[in-house]
Amino acid sequence: MNTDLIIPGRYLDNYDMSSLAQHAMEDIDPCFATNVKEGDVIVAGRNFGCGSSREQAPLVLKELGVAAIVAESFARIFYRNAINVGLPVVVCADASRLEDGDTVEIDLVAGSLRSSGGLVAEFPPLPSKLLEILEKGGLVNALKERLRPCRPDTGQ
Amino acid sequence: MSGRSFAQKALSRASGCDAAVGDTVVAKVDLAMSHENAALVSSKFREMGAERIWDPAKVVLVFDHRMPANTVSAAEGHRKVRLFAEEEGIESFYRHGEGICHQVLPEMGHVRSGELIVGSDSHTTTYGAFGAFATGIGATEMAAVWATGELWFRVPETLRLSIEGRLPEGCMSKDVILKAIGELGADGADYCCVEYVGGAVDGMSVSSRMVMCNMAVEMGAKAGVCFPDDKTRRYLGERGSGGEELFSDEDSAQHCHSMDVSGLVPQVAAPHSVDNVLPADELSDVSVDQAVLGSCTNGRLEDLRAAASLLKGRRVSAATRLIVVPASRETALRAMEDGTMRTLMEAGAIVTNPGCGPCLGAHQGLLAAGETAVATTNRNFRGRMGSPEAEVYLASPLTVAASAVTGRITDPREVMR
Ligand code: SF4
Repeated sequence: MNTDLIIPGRYLDNYDMSSLAQHAMEDIDPCFATNVKEGDVIVAGRNFGCGSSREQAPLVLKELGVAAIVAESFARIFYRNAINVGLPVVVCADASRLEDGDTVEIDLVAGSLRSSGGLVAEFPPLPSKLLEILEKGGLVNALKERLRPCRPDTGQ
Repeated sequence: MSGRSFAQKALSRASGCDAAVGDTVVAKVDLAMSHENAALVSSKFREMGAERIWDPAKVVLVFDHRMPANTVSAAEGHRKVRLFAEEEGIESFYRHGEGICHQVLPEMGHVRSGELIVGSDSHTTTYGAFGAFATGIGATEMAAVWATGELWFRVPETLRLSIEGRLPEGCMSKDVILKAIGELGADGADYCCVEYVGGAVDGMSVSSRMVMCNMAVEMGAKAGVCFPDDKTRRYLGERGSGGEELFSDEDSAQHCHSMDVSGLVPQVAAPHSVDNVLPADELSDVSVDQAVLGSCTNGRLEDLRAAASLLKGRRVSAATRLIVVPASRETALRAMEDGTMRTLMEAGAIVTNPGCGPCLGAHQGLLAAGETAVATTNRNFRGRMGSPEAEVYLASPLTVAASAVTGRITDPREVMR
């Protein structure tokens, strides 16, 4: 699953996330944006999010309410971007054992996943610095706190 | 294993600590590049409450993806970035069609060996051809870099790709990298820094090495590098650049892969993934509606000349449109001076302004449903160059030129003979 499929380049001159999100995944599933529901989890195979560095890829998924992505592996820029926009990403070798319609419970701090279908899996939790970014809802919020207090008023 | 890899040395230099593989370090960025997505970066920058760019001299902006603007919203995006650059005093701002970011930065002397370069574009890996550690990041991260000048990096494992042998006639570095991606897979170098070494790489021009590093990301790599030699030094010297040369220790790679290119034949990546690689002559029944010569992979003078050498005295097939997009203004000018452009146009090529062109399906030269393109670009994902019902094959400039002549995918040796 590459980032051109998640959100095609032809729409990227649109910086309004809610209208952009209506095009998410449309080249493979034109109904995706209408069918996806708040709290849904995307389950995928290897190299999820390969290709372009477009941050709009995790952003549109988050905009549509996707709560997390569980994949066998992620492409590195997508992985970074997802964390930076506050969308949890979980590497799980057994992702293919999750079934459509399962309910999944993910503990990012402990690094564990369990599904209503009976899958119990563990994954190495993120380094604390990255967990902190996720907890704050993304890098923008995390940096807001860091930048405010230490920036002297230059009077400009 | 005791030696230190290029990635370790580069990230140690930038972070000021002795970085081991797998460590997460906070490193100081030497150069930060953005293109049109600076519009998104600047919004995030303001949202963070940042007031000033940490060092405006280290930020480079290039308009290339939608230049000149092809939609009103692209024009609005450009305008927003222009205002921001003015407010922030960003002087290295190439905004009037100078070319594709990954070509303009080295040409204008911004790329230096050994430095840590980030770009809000995945093909930032291209600058590895000059011995820099260069990698793509997202827009929010770029905003963080603009605000603080630093970013976290995991020190990657190294995949050493030894490429020996002499490239046979009809083959270019694009064929080598396509073959490598075919062998290793689209995630074969995930998170790694790929070091391209060996006689075949030594024999390549700087432009050819840029092709190799450009496409490192198509096998999942974080960075790709060709170690500096006299050719690198000459290129950088001519652009008033230089830098600190960093080399890997002999025994520092975690993974190794070897290839011998002496028997290589022209390669093509078939839809819809870059690792779906076949010899060109196995695809000779695929007819071609559009042939594209350009992009940050293969839009340089060497590529235009290779195509022109094949097209000289020949005509592009009536069934095919050949679109040539020079990688930069300098490339276009030099191709005019030496007659390359004339040859291409006489053969029937449509020449557009320097930039990304149809590569990502956002500017001119898009495909209709059911159409097929063969392109020197770097991605053939579904919907990448226009309609999701179109198909894109990736190949070298020689293969694209040969296919433009015959109107079907063609091994260039068939036409050259
Ligand atoms: S030429 Fe294509 S791959 Fe290169 S920067 Fe432009 S859109 Fe990206």
